[in-house]
Amino acid sequence: MDYDEVLERFEPVLGLEVHVELSTATKMFCGCANSFGAPPNTHVCPTCLGLPGSLPVLNRAAVESAMRIGLALNCSIAPWCRFSRKNYFYPDMPKNFQISQYDEPIALHGSWAVPLADGSTFTVGIERAHMEEDTGKSLHVGGGTGRIHGANYSLLDYNRAGVPLIEIVTTPIVGAGARAPELARAYVTGLRDLLRALGVSDVRMDQGSLRCDANVSLMPRGSSTFGTRTETKNVNSLRSVERAVRYEMSRQAAVLASGGDVVQETRHFDEATDTTSPGRRKETSEDYRYFPEPDLVPIAPSEEWVARLRATLPELPGQRRARVQAEWGLSDLELRDLVNAGALDLIAATVEVGAPAEQARSWWVSYLSQQANSRDVELAELPITPHQVARVIALVGAGELTNTLARQVVDGILAGEGEPDEIVAARHLAVVSDDAELAAAVEQALAAQPDVAEKIRGGKVAAVGAIVGAVMRATGGQADAHRVRELVLARCTP
Amino acid sequence: MSELTRLSAADLAGRIHAREVTSVQVTQACLDRIAAVDPAVRAFVHLDAQAALAVAAQVDDKLRRGDPPASPLAGVPVALKDVFTTLDMPTTCGSRTLRGWRPPYDATVTRRLRDAGVVIVGKTNMDEFAMGSSTENSAYGPTHNPWDLDRVPGGSGGGSAAAVAAFEVPLAVGTDTGGSIRQPSAMTGTVGVKPTYGGVSRYGLVAFSSSLDQGGPVARTVLDAALLHEVIGGYDALDSTSIDAPVPPVVHAARAGATADLAGLRVGVVREFRGDGYQPGVLRAFDVAVSRLSELGAQVVEVSCPSFDYALPAYYLIAPSECSSNLARFDGMRYGLRLGDDGTRSAEEVMSLTREAGFGPEVKRRIMLGTYALSAGYYDAYYGQAQKVRTLIIRDFAAAFERVDVLVSPTTPTTAFALGERVDDPLAMYLSDLCTIPADLAGNAALSVPAGLSDEDGLPVGLQVMAPAMADDRAYRVAAAYEVARDAADGGPLTHRVPGIEVVGEALC
Amino acid sequence: MPTISRDEVAHLARLARLAVTDEELDLFAGQLEVILTSVARVGEVAAADIPPTSHAVGLTDVFRADVPRPGLTQQQALLGAYATEGGRFRVPRILDEA
Repeated sequence: MDYDEVLERFEPVLGLEVHVELSTATKMFCGCANSFGAPPNTHVCPTCLGLPGSLPVLNRAAVESAMRIGLALNCSIAPWCRFSRKNYFYPDMPKNFQISQYDEPIALHGSWAVPLADGSTFTVGIERAHMEEDTGKSLHVGGGTGRIHGANYSLLDYNRAGVPLIEIVTTPIVGAGARAPELARAYVTGLRDLLRALGVSDVRMDQGSLRCDANVSLMPRGSSTFGTRTETKNVNSLRSVERAVRYEMSRQAAVLASGGDVVQETRHFDEATDTTSPGRRKETSEDYRYFPEPDLVPIAPSEEWVARLRATLPELPGQRRARVQAEWGLSDLELRDLVNAGALDLIAATVEVGAPAEQARSWWVSYLSQQANSRDVELAELPITPHQVARVIALVGAGELTNTLARQVVDGILAGEGEPDEIVAARHLAVVSDDAELAAAVEQALAAQPDVAEKIRGGKVAAVGAIVGAVMRATGGQADAHRVRELVLARCTP
Repeated sequence: MSELTRLSAADLAGRIHAREVTSVQVTQACLDRIAAVDPAVRAFVHLDAQAALAVAAQVDDKLRRGDPPASPLAGVPVALKDVFTTLDMPTTCGSRTLRGWRPPYDATVTRRLRDAGVVIVGKTNMDEFAMGSSTENSAYGPTHNPWDLDRVPGGSGGGSAAAVAAFEVPLAVGTDTGGSIRQPSAMTGTVGVKPTYGGVSRYGLVAFSSSLDQGGPVARTVLDAALLHEVIGGYDALDSTSIDAPVPPVVHAARAGATADLAGLRVGVVREFRGDGYQPGVLRAFDVAVSRLSELGAQVVEVSCPSFDYALPAYYLIAPSECSSNLARFDGMRYGLRLGDDGTRSAEEVMSLTREAGFGPEVKRRIMLGTYALSAGYYDAYYGQAQKVRTLIIRDFAAAFERVDVLVSPTTPTTAFALGERVDDPLAMYLSDLCTIPADLAGNAALSVPAGLSDEDGLPVGLQVMAPAMADDRAYRVAAAYEVARDAADGGPLTHRVPGIEVVGEALC
Repeated sequence: MPTISRDEVAHLARLARLAVTDEELDLFAGQLEVILTSVARVGEVAAADIPPTSHAVGLTDVFRADVPRPGLTQQQALLGAYATEGGRFRVPRILDEA
């Protein structure tokens, strides 16, 4: 069944569950550092290893981040809530239960206008945003593929265990029709931008600090009864969110059209094939045996505390767009193009940390957009931050980098070589402005091309370019071309 | 037996601090006594004589240099229930699954004992993961009651109570979830205190039932219990349920109680705690104790707490539910026993084989009971309803404490029963916690002080004194006054009437 | 009065990861039924409008500042492990439970 036919016959219903790892200094329930990429089992303590006798103590900053996320999504903050234990056995979970909010989330009943590509918005209901702890990470050894299936054994690292997670759950989203896949992607994109603006998370889908599970079901047109849904996990990029939803819609439509029933199950998205496949069927049905976590006491945020947090909310992406459009004098079309390129917030963020708007815009919409295209990723997925771009712009402004060198620095950042200044040093990219060194290079170039030197001396200033070019080549592009030109002219005119 | 082992902790501390005797001498006397009688009593699962003597020597050195003692109990030996983590000794919780496990951290209680210069001589036996009322559920074998070696010392903290009753140590630390400090104390003629929930940190106390577990002292005198209470008690930022307030003035109350009468004190006798199932000798000893309280000037009235009848069933839903979750971590993946890892079995299979072999029958029973009670279809009828009963019990206590200052009851319905008598009858075993459970469910303070001996079997009977939350000192005051009156009437301390121990068999460690 | 079958015990044992034997199934089915019948008495209490108590102390809002605290070294963390490899806990193959 082709996609149009699917839509003629069925209305898709979406439910999106996004897990966000908070970027607090420490974990949810212990003082271990919350950081990515450390050697295995070095950020662990009795509590996050679930050792006998250990106890959790709640991180105030994580609670505040949860409340700020809730407020930004127009949720109510519960005047009283608790944690529960979700009981199930899995080796990446040290206690064999997860401390999670269950029927008493800290934030509930919100709504949020998701910005779509055409500049319009689609309002999505937010059922809840609740706190929980992340699991450890397993490495599957043997079986050739490094995947869980067919592995001989597994290796566990609990550095991530206990990292604070916020799970944001939408109410069932009805009415998106053909745009359901696009909406799913726009929702995650917009949420990512919002969370970044709140400064509560790194929101790196590639590192797992932003993860999306997509629930999809189909309802025959004219019906108001939801169909059986599937939950697709392992959706680890914005592109995948869209493709997973689209694939599930088509797959379910085919099942239903052939008279079959959609099975309620968890499915995995395969990035390589853009398809979903069922997970292992469990022998026993889920029974998580939730009960209130006795080791933690309830949270009862006072109105005053909530008001104080509300006052700390920064300008959120929607508000920013309106302001930037006015300040930069952008037409609706220009604004939409920037938004569609995913550049607007990045530019604004770059400007916020000190870069002139014009240069910030130029970097993001030209060179960086090209890089994103060639890598087939979203602009925001490039491993470069507005801070880093602003620093590169500042170095150019200070005459320490030429535009050519600046691109090499950016290439270095994208290659993961570190911060701009580190790359300048490591790649020896600083502009050569030492006159003695440049003068020697000029001297050599003139000596190598006596005929050209003669022309310049004879007043043919246009010939200077050849010498400047030679000097630039000799210095690996690191010379300040203006200064070289001055030196050549000074040397060749009496 | 060295005279030193007969002394109270308060006396020993006084003599050590006055340098009349050294901590090393006292510790050695305890170690000698343990070597002599523990093959029969089997209170200890781990001993570290060298480490204990080294700590004792440090205390002596400091005192010799003229430093003030680190605490009122500096230099005094203590035994620690094997449910508190210790860096330098294994922590096994009486379970095969933790045989030989060396925790990489000290419990807060352990750390406070060390900071106070208390000499930890070893770890005591217990029912596996504190589940039991006789210490017969230990994977390392049962502990015997010093009053009659063919009887149980109670449980789960039978090791701590027996060690104190047998004069192996003057003090021990226990934990109370449904009575595991008070019930063994009653059965061994010792003083056992369950402080207000939140009064002693649970950090490093291997959890059985988190909302009920509470560490507390075991001693031969009320004052000794109070001294230990003040060392281990108090706020701990590592335990979210720890109460951020000063420890109630229990030492002061114990001293004051011993020198005054109880004039003006209102004592409520819990009406529900007598009748069928209560041993007549226990009730007679209890009635004598109540009349002594009257003689001390207390106004005694009967108080009804009707919800207490439902405390036992509520407890046997709440505690197993929490334990089914708390004990899920013992799966052989990160520490402890692992069985069946032959390179082909899955983690799930290895976990199941490990847990099957690592846990004893009572633990498995409770895990399954809790798993059942928390299951989706049963939650409301079992766990949810039990939590409501808990509210009613709290209300009964609140109403009672408007009328009286403390409530009293027998600590246990019977005296110590014979080893093996109840192992195959879980319900009969559970009944021995009948009177102690309400205070655990409500979280308030309660203690057991020896009431006297049962006239029919000559075994100790406990008088339970229950006080409101954070009024632990009130229970101490009553117990201290009672202790003085009892010993005056009996012509000497009750604990000294424990018979000599005929040594046969081998120690557990 | 609750009745509990052998199959239910087997189900509970699976949920609780206990590889119980056939004899245990019989034993536990009998014992659990007796215990459950006894504890089911909590249902006799009229408590429809009674709030449940999950914590004995009435504390709320207990937090910790977001300040790192030293934890364990890798060696300490792995000390009690049955098997390790490359600084990680080595465990049998994990079945894929999505």
